[in-house]
Amino acid sequence: MRGGRFGRPPRRDERLRTESLNRKAAIPTGSQSGRESERDPADAPAVELVGITKQFPGVLANDDISLTVRHGEVHCLLGENGAGKSTLISILSGMVRPDAGEIRVGGRMVQIDSPRAALELGVGTVYQHSTLVRALTVLENLLLGETRGLRLDVEAARARLAEVAATLGVEIDADAPAGELALGRQQQVEIVKALWRGSRVLILDEPTSMLTPQGVAELQKVLRRLKETGISVIFITHKLHEALAVADRITILRAGRVVGAIETAELEGSSAEEVQGRIVRLMFGEDARAVADVAELRTDLEGEQAPLDEQRSEAATLLALSRVSARPVGGFDPGLEEVSLELAEGEILGIAGMDGNGQRSLAEVIAGERALSAGEIRLYGVPVERLDVSARQKLGLRYVTDDRLGEGIVSSLPVSLNLFLKRIGQRPFWRHGRIEHRSVEREAQSLVKAFDVRTPSISTRAGALSGGNVQKVVLARELSFEPKVVVFNKPTYGLDLRTTSTVRDMIRGLARGGGAALVISTDLDELLDLCGRILVLSGGRLVGEVENGPNAGERVGELMVGAGDVAAA
Amino acid sequence: MSELLTRTFLTALISGGLIAGVSLMFTALGETISERAGVLNIGLEGMMLVGAYIGFVGAYYGHSFWVGFAAGIAGGAFASLFMVVLCVRLGLDQIVVGIAITLAGEGITSVLQDTQFGSTYPRLGAPPTVAIPVLSDIPVVGKSVFDQPLIVYLGLVAVGAVSWIFRRTNAGLNLRAAGEKPEALDAAGVSVVATRSYAALCTGAFAGLGGAYLSIVGAGTFTPFMTQGQGFMAIVIAMLARGKPLWVVLGSFLFGISLSVATALQLAGINISTDVVNLLPFIAIMVALVAFARRSYLPPALALPYVRGAR
Ligand SMILES: Nc1ncnc2c1ncn2[C@@H]1O[C@H](COP(=O)(O)OP(=O)(O)OP(=O)(O)O)[C@@H](O)[C@H]1O
Ligand SMILES: [Mg+2]
Repeated sequence: MRGGRFGRPPRRDERLRTESLNRKAAIPTGSQSGRESERDPADAPAVELVGITKQFPGVLANDDISLTVRHGEVHCLLGENGAGKSTLISILSGMVRPDAGEIRVGGRMVQIDSPRAALELGVGTVYQHSTLVRALTVLENLLLGETRGLRLDVEAARARLAEVAATLGVEIDADAPAGELALGRQQQVEIVKALWRGSRVLILDEPTSMLTPQGVAELQKVLRRLKETGISVIFITHKLHEALAVADRITILRAGRVVGAIETAELEGSSAEEVQGRIVRLMFGEDARAVADVAELRTDLEGEQAPLDEQRSEAATLLALSRVSARPVGGFDPGLEEVSLELAEGEILGIAGMDGNGQRSLAEVIAGERALSAGEIRLYGVPVERLDVSARQKLGLRYVTDDRLGEGIVSSLPVSLNLFLKRIGQRPFWRHGRIEHRSVEREAQSLVKAFDVRTPSISTRAGALSGGNVQKVVLARELSFEPKVVVFNKPTYGLDLRTTSTVRDMIRGLARGGGAALVISTDLDELLDLCGRILVLSGGRLVGEVENGPNAGERVGELMVGAGDVAAA
Repeated sequence: MSELLTRTFLTALISGGLIAGVSLMFTALGETISERAGVLNIGLEGMMLVGAYIGFVGAYYGHSFWVGFAAGIAGGAFASLFMVVLCVRLGLDQIVVGIAITLAGEGITSVLQDTQFGSTYPRLGAPPTVAIPVLSDIPVVGKSVFDQPLIVYLGLVAVGAVSWIFRRTNAGLNLRAAGEKPEALDAAGVSVVATRSYAALCTGAFAGLGGAYLSIVGAGTFTPFMTQGQGFMAIVIAMLARGKPLWVVLGSFLFGISLSVATALQLAGINISTDVVNLLPFIAIMVALVAFARRSYLPPALALPYVRGAR
């Protein structure tokens, strides 16, 4: 049953996505009549934000933002990294106190000074960074915060879970530890949690950045269902096609200000290109040209990729894995089983698969962070499996982790030191055991500039940067000082269109300059955009290889699903 | 002769081990509570000493063991107020504040003892005990194990109660979340600061009771530094018990026995340098840490102050 849910061939989702782009406003119009009849015209809007302002050290994150969310509408917030989207919704959910501004819920002026106050007003939130406690079961996570009575009312919670899950049309194992669920499933638990206390307003901050196409399609269905029950949804995403597929209205933020609002119904009659052009111009202003050719804006990705590695057979093999195995980790990574692959000079090789199928192990085994239990890894033909991380680093092997906040940066250290974390003790940044502040600062300034990291200064704590800028810090560190072979794990999740395009250009530049990249991603569009060849990873094994070309996406999807079914059986 | 020797030795070992074990049990149980909530309480040693001193004073002047225990609880809880205010509320470093509490507790109780009882050395009588029928008739160990003051049985009940609270109540769940992922608890609408404050207070109260047990039942008097590092041992026990109260009991009695070996050997007239013997409990800790460190579990948010919206 559960397998069946994810077991749908992704072809449909591809179609869904393209359709929604081409039909533009068709979906909102379709459901609009129903919505109009439900809404009492005399009724005040579900939520009104008026003149919200929030200043962080060195950044005006929200600058006099006003926003209205009507009953039963899906309201999308778009904007580049650091535009202030998360800050705005955190103010509505009681996590951040605004410096100025008013909030009205159902027409009544309210003070939201804690998450509890927001919950009591019927505002439920799924935050950008998960708030599930991994060690607790699903049921315990849902019961969290209950204060009525002494004992945990497990039976009532079970019944409530069944009820909410039925509204959403999902199926959730109540007794599984939350940390052992697949990411898509965790996302569903978060939504159940946000709706748990009968919320009328649901906030979703980038819920799709880690989901597979199937997961995204499923979430969109859930949103439509919620809309029918009159719940208002605030939805943050970086993907235009998702916004266009579900939103009734789109508000666009730039540098803390509202720079545009669009009723999707208005868009009827204009072409997909016009709509996108308009939104992109609003999002990036002057810089809009920089994103003109991002893959996400095109609908006909497949087959247009001219493989960079046409003469692959002649190019030297830079990285080779032969029959590499690694032990499983906890409940969330199955490890590796006899994985063999070759990465040639100038090649960008893709690894597709649903999250939690051994991607982490693969990346860490290559980087040297995890021991392998069998097999051999050769770099430029030389076995390296006995070398440690920093020795492999020096050979030009780099790893851009997907765990940005955990492993990627030290959030309490300044940006400058984060850029040199892996060069501690090395000249010219360290001399006689002491840090050379001047050369670190000089080099950091130039890296920050080269990689366009948006930060108030190089001495700002790295943890205060927005998601996209944290990723740029990680990239700046890993892609400087002569990288040769780079493993990218989900290189662009959570990044805005422009940063996505910058990162992909960097990856292409690396390959063109004689290096090679192994790109691990759950985002099929990304792999189709970048790679000449795509391998499919499932349950820790490579289950197939697809040359990029016509129908490549479909074939990769079939391999992912097919292998999943075999594993489930 | 050797028969008598082993007998004295065993009795002394077990009864001494139980006394140290019971006070360790109270203290480690308390530490388990705050560790689960994400507060690392390095100040246990100081809280125990405060509890031991005030407990003794209460029992001595109140002419009641129960007044003594209550005073010990109050004293420990008072000492932990510094932890609550400085660490949980103001977010200061828990290790630094913990060490300060230990040093202050050691110093202040020594000075008070010296000024108040420095020349009189008063002692309390033995507390009344409750013998468990049948079991207390077992030869050698029966009398020393199954004939205990009521507070010991209450302590075992407390262990069960804490275990139940952790697993089955709303408060227990919130407590665990505060140590695992405070932002999740906050997002669920429960104050992390309040949850951790209550936990830290409970820890102080249990440590105070542990100290009071030591002075009132164990020694019958208060002597400076009488806890002999038990507060630190309790931290190790709580870590190795992975937040499970039942394991706390087992660990406490094992360490308690190792603490009482010194006295037992002396009573039995065996001559080993006391310096060596006094090292035993700490060697036991090293061994336990080396052998079981892999199984110790610390909540991810332990010792990290929580500030809403910070990142
Ligand atoms: N707690 C904080 N302390 C300091 N600065 C912060 C804090 N939270 C946010 N900021 C800053 O405020 C700005 C807006 O951040 P916010 O997280 O709202 O952006 P966003 O639009 O959600 O971006 P993203 O798409 O990357 O998630 C950024 O420049 C960020 O660095
Ligand atoms: Mg954000």
